[in-house]
Amino acid sequence: MALKYEDVIAKYEPVLGLEVHVELGTESKMFCGCNTVFGAAPNTQTCPVCLGLPGSLPVVNGKAIEYTIAIGLALNCSIAPFSRFARKNYFYPDMPKNFQTSQYDEPICVNGYLDVTIDTEEGPKEFRIEIERVHMEEDTGKSLHMGGATGRIHGADYSLLDYNRAGIPLVEIVTKIIPGTGKYAPEVARAYVSELRDILRGLGVSDVKMEQGSLRCDANVSLRPIGVEKLGTRSETKNVNSLRSVERAVRGEMIRHAELLNKGEKVVQETRHFHEDTGLTTPGRSKEQAEDYRYFPEPDLVPVAPTPELIEKIKKSLPEKPSVRRKKLQEAWQVPDKEMAAMINADVLDLVEATVKLGADPTRARSWWLGEIARLANEKGVAAAELPISSADVAEIVALIEKGELTDKLARQVVDGVIAGEGRPAEIIKSRGIQVVSDDSALMVAIEKAIAAQPDVAEKVKGGHLPAAGALIGAVMKETKGQADAAKVRELLLKHLGQA
Amino acid sequence: MSNISRDDVANLAKLARIDMSDSELDHLSNELAVILDAVARVQEVAGADVPPTSHPLPLKNVFRADEVRPSLTPEEALSGAPAQEEQRFKVPQILGEE
Ligand SMILES: [Zn+2]
Repeated sequence: MALKYEDVIAKYEPVLGLEVHVELGTESKMFCGCNTVFGAAPNTQTCPVCLGLPGSLPVVNGKAIEYTIAIGLALNCSIAPFSRFARKNYFYPDMPKNFQTSQYDEPICVNGYLDVTIDTEEGPKEFRIEIERVHMEEDTGKSLHMGGATGRIHGADYSLLDYNRAGIPLVEIVTKIIPGTGKYAPEVARAYVSELRDILRGLGVSDVKMEQGSLRCDANVSLRPIGVEKLGTRSETKNVNSLRSVERAVRGEMIRHAELLNKGEKVVQETRHFHEDTGLTTPGRSKEQAEDYRYFPEPDLVPVAPTPELIEKIKKSLPEKPSVRRKKLQEAWQVPDKEMAAMINADVLDLVEATVKLGADPTRARSWWLGEIARLANEKGVAAAELPISSADVAEIVALIEKGELTDKLARQVVDGVIAGEGRPAEIIKSRGIQVVSDDSALMVAIEKAIAAQPDVAEKVKGGHLPAAGALIGAVMKETKGQADAAKVRELLLKHLGQA
Repeated sequence: MSNISRDDVANLAKLARIDMSDSELDHLSNELAVILDAVARVQEVAGADVPPTSHPLPLKNVFRADEVRPSLTPEEALSGAPAQEEQRFKVPQILGEE
């Protein structure tokens, strides 16, 4: 029987550490001119440099350096006046060179912080997440594990490698240990990744698509008994690929650690894999064998020494912070704090903004993304952004509602249709035969039928008891299969019964 | 003598996925020790006032513009691969031996 979360936090204090890898959105790779486009046919974007062929020489992509400095500045880091690349040596076929070019003891950005706010029952709470370092490296190739039962590494007969991704600029952002989040640890972890993602998106340095792996989070979690200074043993859950999963993975690991500790067992320091379906982790590569990376300075790449002028130039070009942008949107849309927090939490702020930009009323746009669409996303266990409905679809639906061509109820059917993949709103309205019944005579037929069926109710309304009208309106709506405008029905009904 | 042991060599061979016989391990641990000794002599010459050299030339900030250049064709890329399948490099199972 799994331990309850409340029991975990009553006894233990969680300590987090978060490592986020982000693929930069440069046109070409980190050290060669190969294309970085996602989804190309296997091994069509490789060259002697990224394949590590003898005699090839890497040259640093200047844009990647500028992007990394921009990230460091946005995270309040100091920019190192001098930094070098290093070889991280390991023998694993995801890098054809037998090493990954990375940075070791001389990262380009150090000592920053990021403030994140979470919504709690006692109101918004702010946490400062300290950043240890931001460094540059390159992404690895993609492995397919063939044979065996599950397609996973263990039990596979052999692996197939595609090196299109090998050498794409990657930035690693590492926090210092994060104590003091208590029961909010899962939410803080999620809020951190979410805020970081918004910053990176704002900087335009990455497409930050967690589902495509251009933003990935490794979550380190350890527990220590409340009041104890010494840190517990941590586990490192790799490649958590959605905001929701970050939260689930941290919570799941807290519970797993507590169960072990309660039984008097030890937490093993290891890498673990998160499974989206169960929300649980399983052990991966154990740390001991991987740790011996024998870093040394990369002799083929000259050091990077950003000039103060370059840093100043990048600083001046930084966009406004997401927190500032959110404040502006909140004022422009006149949204209460609670609703704003709900939008951020459901990760629909960008979608609402895009919908409003397409002409939709902010309140209506928000209520669709936070209401029906969020509900369906939740039902499917995905983020709203992953559903096949766009801000253009929602803007179109909102416009139809405002024109009176759709009621809210009919609009929900249209939203369902779009999400079910039946096409765009106009197509669904046509194919499903969705139509607002606004023709008065057709409505009057239904109204008379309703009155005939419930003469006693009609009498009450005639007598001035207006709330009773609800039953008749309901009957008319049912008769017209929800395709009538309820306000219109009410108006006609009351008029007919001499009450308007 | 340098302090690279036979076990160190065996461990490196394992990490590098190189299958080595007992006699090769004996032979190589001796040979590597000699090489390391030679390098150690250089270290003796460099005093405390000489910083470790990673780059012999005082160059810095050599960057290329972020421009896409033609890649190899997949056929060219795979031409040196001992085995391939589905236009990918085929390699032995990765973590099977542990
Ligand atoms: Zn390349």
